[in-house]
Amino acid sequence: MHLTLEFGGGLELLCKSVKFHNVNVDLPKGADKLSMRDLLAWVRTNLIKERPEMFMKGESVRPGVLVLVNDCDWELSGQLDTTLEEKDVVVFISTLHGG
Amino acid sequence: MEADSKPKKSGARLCCVCNQNRAALKRPKTLEQICRECFYAVFEEEIHQVILENQLFKPGDRIAIGASGGKDSTVLAYVLSELNRRHNYGLDLFLLSVDEGITGYRDDSLETVKRNELQYGLPLKIVSYKDLYGWTMDEIVKMIGLKNNCTFCGVFRRQALDRGAALLKVDKVATGHNADDIAETVLLNILRGDIARLSRCTSIITGEDGPIPRCKPFKYTYEKEIVMYAYFKKLDYFSTECIYSPNAYRGFAREFIKDLERIRPRAILDIIKSGEDFRISTTTKMPEQGTCERCGYISSQKWCKACVLLEGLNRGLPKLGIGRTQGLNSDGKKDRKRDSRTPSIESKQCGSLEF
Repeated sequence: MHLTLEFGGGLELLCKSVKFHNVNVDLPKGADKLSMRDLLAWVRTNLIKERPEMFMKGESVRPGVLVLVNDCDWELSGQLDTTLEEKDVVVFISTLHGG
Repeated sequence: MEADSKPKKSGARLCCVCNQNRAALKRPKTLEQICRECFYAVFEEEIHQVILENQLFKPGDRIAIGASGGKDSTVLAYVLSELNRRHNYGLDLFLLSVDEGITGYRDDSLETVKRNELQYGLPLKIVSYKDLYGWTMDEIVKMIGLKNNCTFCGVFRRQALDRGAALLKVDKVATGHNADDIAETVLLNILRGDIARLSRCTSIITGEDGPIPRCKPFKYTYEKEIVMYAYFKKLDYFSTECIYSPNAYRGFAREFIKDLERIRPRAILDIIKSGEDFRISTTTKMPEQGTCERCGYISSQKWCKACVLLEGLNRGLPKLGIGRTQGLNSDGKKDRKRDSRTPSIESKQCGSLEF
């Protein structure tokens, strides 16, 4: 599944300072859908090059990291249970820095 | 699945205010699902109400906005500018920035403030630690190591803002402290038993008896909403953590607040409310406020904290002013107000992992 990912609020530093990533994510074995839960695991393994604890805590994002799927707060679509579709845009923004 | 507009997978939730547009976010404050346009309106209107109800400004006031280039101060500058225009507050707004001299952090964020100056049309003044104190934070850290940096920086920054404000001849300083920050501070002060600060930290206006009062228009504004507002409006801000901050004690309070917010977002405002309603027991000894003998700044000791710290730096005594047993010895001046019950309140340090 082709997706566009964006990292902001300082998170890009965990991915070698690259903000935008066009990725192709394989669906988990036997599944016909890709959930945010799956995507997060994929991101941690494939894109986060350092300090994964800044991005994730457990199976979700670290508290203080906002997630938007197609410019909508993922809290509206079920957070980890949000299902993703081809060409979706997922944005991760950290709020954990000085203001 | 329909092949039309996205993302209907969520059932195309509609904004609960206008019932027309697709909802774009869930407000932590109210749990409402709201579209962008309605979000902008309610975000701005709530801040306007906070300004009115707390009488933060009056017509003709010259206001310096503490601007770091970060998310809170950028959004504050944008919103205050907008509200000033829309509701005719009659304010003269300025951007005031402090350059602590932290390479790779502050020099980059100052570039952002310079862009803000152009984008929002607000005149900018920058004051630097080097000019004011003769030391940059980088130099200070080289001398004192990686502990207690935040103590020095916080103390110096507060004074620097006052000096800058005096140079600009403003009536007040507005800072971007948000609800999350204030809730963290309440917890931090409880964790450290800092009763004096606990009694002051939820006030929306502080320092009225000092050189220049300060206010926090974002006191009830959630950090998440500030970031979403900036994101949707594409506001330009700088977002990297200060390189010295990982050792700050505040980090623990912040982590806790963020975990809490996940379970019960309302907790942030409720902590602030608890902080506002605390009353200090009449038998608790509180420090009295006077002025620093060396520089005249307000102080509860004979020398203000900044003077003590500077003295330490200049004399090569990095621990001066840090920790509970402090003092400048006989010529000096830090008497410790101790009684057997209450530990010395004034000896609190910020940003130190020592207990």
